[in-house]
Formats: sequence, C-alpha cells, structure tokens
Amino acid sequence: MANAAIAAGAPARPASYGSISRDRRWALRWSYFFLTLFAIFFLMPPFYMLITALKSKEEIAAITNPWWVSAPTLSNFIELLTQNAYLTFFRNSAIVSISVVIVTMLISVIAAFSLARMKFWGSATLATGVFLTYLIPDTLLFIPLFKMMAWVRDTTGIELINNWWTMVILYPTLTVPFCTWIMIGYFASIPKELDEAALIDGATWIQTLTKIFIPVALPGIIAATIFCFTVSWAQFLYPLAFTTSTTELVLPVGIVTTLIKGDVFNWGQIMAGALLGAAPPLIIYAFLMDYYIAGLTAGATKG
Amino acid sequence: MAQVTLRQVIKKYDEVLAVRGVDLDIADKEFIVLVGPSGCGKSTTLRMIAGLEEITGGDIAIGGDVVNDVPPKDRDIAMVFQNYALYPHMNVYENMSFGLKLKKTPKAEIDQRVRAAAGILDITELLDRKPKQLSGGQRQRVAMGRAIVRDPKVFLFDEPLSNLDAKLRVQMRTEIKKVHQKVRTTTVYVTHDQVEAMTLADRVVVMNAGLIEQVGTPNDLYHSPATKFVAGFIGSPAMNFIPCQLEQAAGALRVRLSDKLSFPVPDGRTARYTPHVGKPSLVLGLRPEHIAETRPHAEPNQHDFEQVIEVVEPMGMETLVYFTIAGAEVCGRVAPNAGATAEQAMKLRADLSNMHLIDDVTGKVL
Repeated sequence: MANAAIAAGAPARPASYGSISRDRRWALRWSYFFLTLFAIFFLMPPFYMLITALKSKEEIAAITNPWWVSAPTLSNFIELLTQNAYLTFFRNSAIVSISVVIVTMLISVIAAFSLARMKFWGSATLATGVFLTYLIPDTLLFIPLFKMMAWVRDTTGIELINNWWTMVILYPTLTVPFCTWIMIGYFASIPKELDEAALIDGATWIQTLTKIFIPVALPGIIAATIFCFTVSWAQFLYPLAFTTSTTELVLPVGIVTTLIKGDVFNWGQIMAGALLGAAPPLIIYAFLMDYYIAGLTAGATKG
Repeated sequence: MAQVTLRQVIKKYDEVLAVRGVDLDIADKEFIVLVGPSGCGKSTTLRMIAGLEEITGGDIAIGGDVVNDVPPKDRDIAMVFQNYALYPHMNVYENMSFGLKLKKTPKAEIDQRVRAAAGILDITELLDRKPKQLSGGQRQRVAMGRAIVRDPKVFLFDEPLSNLDAKLRVQMRTEIKKVHQKVRTTTVYVTHDQVEAMTLADRVVVMNAGLIEQVGTPNDLYHSPATKFVAGFIGSPAMNFIPCQLEQAAGALRVRLSDKLSFPVPDGRTARYTPHVGKPSLVLGLRPEHIAETRPHAEPNQHDFEQVIEVVEPMGMETLVYFTIAGAEVCGRVAPNAGATAEQAMKLRADLSNMHLIDDVTGKVL
C-alpha cells in the first residue's frame, strides 16, 4: 500500500540517468569484448600448431591457405611416435618433472612450515631471502651452475653434465623458492590456535604438519604442485645448456634439436611434437583447475 | 588430584613485563576465573599454565609437579580457544578423538569416551558434521567436547564465549557451569567480562597491569574489594567514586562530599577511619544500589539528601538516575515508580553501611 502511494506521488526518473544495472551491463559487455580478444590472441598459436600438424609435408610447402587443411593426415603424429628419440624425450621429461615435483614439494612444504610457524632466529630474513632467490633470472644462473657441475665432476668424478637426471638437481633452484613462498603465505593464513590446539592434543611438530597443516592447506599445495610441474615441463634453457646427446634430452629441447636439421625444418613433426608435449600440463590443469584457483586467491588475500 | 600453583611467575616480552610476579594457589576441582581489562596479563598467565608461552621467571606446578620446562602435551591439560580452533578438515568425531588417537588409545575406548562427552554436551547428532556446518554455539560445544574427552587434570578456557552473540553467551555460560558440575575438573577460565567471572567462578582473580589485584569469591570481591581497581571493575553499573574529606566534629566522624553535603560515618567504622581524618585525596565508594529513593522509615546509617537528577535511564525492573556531586558523576538505582524526572530535584537516600573509603594515592580500600 505504502509503496503504491510513493510510486504514484514520485516524479518519473529521467531516462538519461545511469542505473546500476545499466552500468553493470556495460561493464559486462566490455569485459566480454576484451576476454574474446585475448582468447583469440592466445588460442591462435595452438590452433596454428594443430592445423600445421595435420598437414602433409607437401601441403605445408605448397602455397595454400595456412589456416585450413585440405587433406588432413595423422602421418606426422605416427612418424613422431614411432621414432625412438621422441619417446625418449617424453620419458625423460616425465621422469624429470615428476621427480622435481616430489623433491620440490618435500623441501618447500617443510621449509614453508618452519618459516611460517617456528619463530627461530633469522626466520623472517630467511623467508625474504627465499623470495629474493626467485627474483634472480635463470639466464644469469646457468653459467655459474654449469661451472659448479663441472667442478663437481672434476673433484668427485660424478658426471653431471650431459645427463638428463641432472635436471632433477637443477630445476628445484627455480621451483623451490617460489613454491616455498606460496606455501609460507598459505600456512600463515592458518590460525595460530590450530597448531596450539594440536600441540596441546599431543601432536609433535611433524604430526601437526602432516595431520593438520597439509590437509588444511591442500589447495595451496596443489597450486604449488601445478606450478612446479609446469615450470619443470617447459624449462628450456637449462637442458639446452647442460645436455647434448639425443638420449639425454628432454622434450622442449629434443624437439628443437632433432627436428631441425641444419636449415631444414620438419614443421609438421615439430608442431605435432609440441602439441603432444603441451598435453600433460593441460590435462593436469583441467583436473585441478578448481583447486588451482582456490589456491591462488587464498594466497593473494592472506600472506 | 590437580592443584595448580603459581609462584612468582614472570613473563617478559623483550623489555615489556607482561606478567610481574603472580602467586596463585588453585585447589583441586576449583573453578577459577582470571578477569581484567585487556593487556592485564590474564591470557599470558593462562598460556603459561598451558605451556604455550615460556615463563621468564618463577615456577608453575600442576598436581604438585613443577612443569616449567614440560611441553604442553605432557602437562595433561586441555584448552578451549576463543575462536574454537577446530580442525576444519575433520568431522566432529575426529576432532574430539584426535588427541586420544595420538596417544594410541584403543579404538573402543575412544569411541566410548567420545560418545560419553558428546552426551554430556548434547552434540551426539552432530558427530558426523564438519566444523563449517556448525553454528557458533555448536562449535563452542565441540571445542569443549574435545577438552572433556581427554579427561585432563586441568581445563583452560581462553575467552571462550567472546565470539558468541549476547543471548548465546548467557546460555553457554550456564552450560559451562553445568559441565563443570558434572565433570568436576580443575578449571582456569580467562575473560574480560566481569559478569561471566562472577557467575562462573568459585573464586575470581582480578588482574591489572600484570599483577593480581585481589583473589576471592565473587561475593567477597563485590562486597569487600581490596582496591579501588577491583571496586570499580566488579559490578555494573560501576561503583560511584566521590572525592571526599573525613572530618571530626563534636566527637562524631563525618564524610564531607561538598559544602552542603556530608554524612556521618557508621559507628562500626569510626575506629578504623579515625587515623585518616584530614587526609587529602580520599574517595567515597558507594554502589548505585546503595543510593535509592527516600522511604518513610530509615534504617540505621541511611541518610536522605536531595539532588537535581540529570539523566534518567529506565531499565524496567529499576530506573538508573545520574547526578553530579562535587564534580563526580554519580549513579543511583531507584524504583521505577519513584517518579525520577530529568532536571528535577529528587529526594534520595544513601546507605552508608555499605560505604567504602579509598585512599586515592595508594588505591587501597581503607
């Protein structure tokens, strides 16, 4: 009743005035516009890869529409997968990445827990130090690292150069600082009373970590794991510098060095190899996407 | 048997003394409440008993054993935190059984103890739920359940009701008291709410600035506070403090509040107060309920006076009136039908038999 009275008495609102819903509509239109633009921009290369991978050698060489396949063929994939070299690269990459993930998570979860929770002398400085390590680019690090590996070989006789498993030692220099940093933020957002309660309940530090912190911080740990896997899988510079024999190469370097012979580019197989190589991270993202986003946002607001 | 004893306990953070030598004897099965304003050291004291803070000096003993360097898990205590601190990834049953599992208690015994505790707290139907599916009050119950299950020597409560809304707080207060009557475990409870302290405690420990001001039963603290701080902290509305002078006139002792207003000191107190005649900086402490409207028949030590009322606050079962004597704001409690009106003079009656005389320099009640 009262509403009706007010509506009848109120002057009509000028149509030119903005309204919240209209503002919101425009904001949405703009965001869709830019999102579409970005999506096209970023999906163009993978699309081009797919198109090229499905073409025969002749069709790639011929002057045809580069965005269209007239005679699709799986020959590039078949040739690639029947080559032993490619399967070796794939196997090397897989073992390296999985090992790096395991090593990194073991180190950074424990490091982050102690830095976030056990207030010991210099822990704050150490936490900042860990982050600063991440800021040093790998292009600066690979020469001193190479020197170190050479020195280890000269003094101990253990051959660390031109060995695929050396990557398991090298990649954590990139992944551990960042993952530790993410996990410090994540652990810091867990209320202090939770570990105090566990402490009173009779848990040791290790039990507090394994039974309380890891389950509670699981989204953060998964986010760190995905990051770690992606970095290891895509790392190019270190394997390029440290490995040369075909049997020791990992996927990104292997594709580039074996499928380009002099000035002959085997485009079809390069694209097929790159597509197959991009698949594992994609699959992992697809499965853990929800966790990944939860992990990133939690780390962003607290920590 | 679980007495808790604190001897000259000190806690220093860098250069700040948070707790400055606390002595306290807590008897077996006693419910002790530490109360005081924020920053008075009550939480720190509790956390030192729990072993979550190291003590800088002194001794803490639980059940006769000094536990200064004993880690929390070996002190046989259970603690309930202000924000409940339930493990979010475990359901209620797992939360309650976590401590027992770590101690490798047999499964059957765990089950029996968890169900018994759940029965006491009336949370049996919640055992399968996760903490996020529970309301504040239910979470608080689970937190208490986690403590009860362990059957510890001492319960420690750190402001457990502060996160609840007012109505639930009153309800849970009764609940905590009931639980203590059932399980009879020595309890140390920290709160800043003096009503909680009064209603729950066997004995209340009032702390201020890292020291114990007074230890006593709720009634002791209320009726015979030892210091001005305790007198002002316990009771709501707070005790009135009016600057006064003691004067000896014609063989009788009088407290003078202003040029116009003075009251004779009750006979039983003259001997105690006489040495303080003429002292500056004396304060008369009188609780609001000892200032009421005037009535036809005066009891001994009740004296009428008239004041202009400034503010009237009807509370339903009583009405609070505010007025000024010698620059001090004074509150009185009158009957709702006594006709108190703002900005009008009213005849009031002060009951001096419940007066307190305070030396404002030392803060002691004389």
